[in-house]
Amino acid sequence: MVLKAKNKFLGFLPVYIMALPGILYLIINNYLPMFGIIIAFKDYNVQKGILGSDWAGLKNFEYLFKTQDAWVITRNTILYNVVFMILGTICAITAAVLLNEVRQKFLSRFYQSVILLPYLMSMVVVSYLVFAFLSSETGFVNNTILAALGKEPISWYTEAKYWPFILTIVHIWKGIGFSMVVYLANIVGINKDYYEAAQIDGATKWQQIIHITLPSLKTTVITLTILAIGRIFYSDFGLFYQVPMNSGPLYITTNTIDTYVHRGLMELGDIGMSSAAGVYQSVVGFILIIVSNALIRKVSYEDALF
Amino acid sequence: MMTREDKITQAIAHAVMIFMSLCALIPFILLVIASFTDNMTAIRNGYSFFPEKWSLEAYRFIAREWQMMGRAYAITIIVTVIGTICSLFMTSTLAYALAKDGLPGRSFLMVFVVFTMLFNGGLVPTYCIYTKIFNIKNTLAALIVPSLLMNAFNIVLVRSYFKTNIPAAITEAAVIDGAGEFRIFFTIVMPLSLPILATIGLLIAIMYWNDWRNGLYYLTDPKLFSIQIILNKING
Repeated sequence: MVLKAKNKFLGFLPVYIMALPGILYLIINNYLPMFGIIIAFKDYNVQKGILGSDWAGLKNFEYLFKTQDAWVITRNTILYNVVFMILGTICAITAAVLLNEVRQKFLSRFYQSVILLPYLMSMVVVSYLVFAFLSSETGFVNNTILAALGKEPISWYTEAKYWPFILTIVHIWKGIGFSMVVYLANIVGINKDYYEAAQIDGATKWQQIIHITLPSLKTTVITLTILAIGRIFYSDFGLFYQVPMNSGPLYITTNTIDTYVHRGLMELGDIGMSSAAGVYQSVVGFILIIVSNALIRKVSYEDALF
Repeated sequence: MMTREDKITQAIAHAVMIFMSLCALIPFILLVIASFTDNMTAIRNGYSFFPEKWSLEAYRFIAREWQMMGRAYAITIIVTVIGTICSLFMTSTLAYALAKDGLPGRSFLMVFVVFTMLFNGGLVPTYCIYTKIFNIKNTLAALIVPSLLMNAFNIVLVRSYFKTNIPAAITEAAVIDGAGEFRIFFTIVMPLSLPILATIGLLIAIMYWNDWRNGLYYLTDPKLFSIQIILNKING
């Protein structure tokens, strides 16, 4: 019996060897940093290293939550995610429904490719595009649009109040191509018989969309929304760091947990505060994922992650 | 026969799609025209779609800096090619193990992989471990390895493709014919999985091509700057 078990294990040895590089990478890239979160509970000192530094208890967290920053970054991260979720879903579904009405295969392909283009660009390039429009001296908006309307130029990169709109537009502009294609794939998969039956009964296009197309997308929307709720403590670092060009006066509306952790680590050298914010993000994020997964299980069992 | 309603729907659909296509394209067109705009004209009138004076100065500048730009392009291409190949290889071999029926410890391995999607140490510990333990600063590996090389999402995707699209009968027949696991993987499983490998390969390649974060964290040596990192530096 023991021999048999051993043989069985040996028979699978090549499979284990194949899995080894991936396992090693996950240990280095994912599991070691998980233990590294003890940095947040230490008074980190470069000379003493991670393990050698003195324990600080919850002092880093105390400092973090005493600052105004903790509230601002939490509020920004959550509000942006909520707006992106709602507007992004509405725009993507509207676009997908309309794209589905385009009968010419070639044109449909063409529209998809062009609208997907921003999705393929790096955030650095996107930040250049935004700068070409919004730069206070040379920008297209100040020099052409506002000038034509006879309005005073606006110093976009120092006025925080405009940025919630700008970042939302950029986010949707960049991401809509991809989510539109995802929803289109769903719509194409809907059984055509429903539409034929509806047409025979004299349903208008609008009625078909409201009563057949949208209900068929319900599962996908719910699943994507719940996944997004699980990610509500995480933000697209590139969008919030590159597009506002790291401009200080804008932090009040552009700083999120990810950009805060980044600045703490790379620009201010405040490892304690930065790692405390990171742990705050990881732990709350983890709880939210568990909760949202429990929700998916309730809604549609087969869509649950685990 | 097109009804009146069909015609209206078609018109709206095309109008919205053309509008969205223009929104996607116009910023790029403005950027390209801006790159051909004379510097003085840009300062006086701002960027516009019809600049008064055109200029090739920006491109002459790049041509003068050809050594730096050429090097950066070479680094980007090397990183993208090596990164994509390694990533595809590691992702598919681990996914193969996860799809293997009867593998002892398979469910533990699955939890091990999926857990990385649920919880992560965050930026600070990752940074400390890569710089302090692995001394990755200012090496080419810094652009390839941290964060980008493999992710659990792709592993799960490839695994489910293996499970649904590779018939067990084929691999069983290969075993009877005396083929080992490596042989089965490289000559049967991989060729049959080309569609999914091409899809995630494309996404991985785009990710490597566009990455600037690893350069921001782990590089100070300009010799290793990729094209995105140079763009990022000019910008900041």
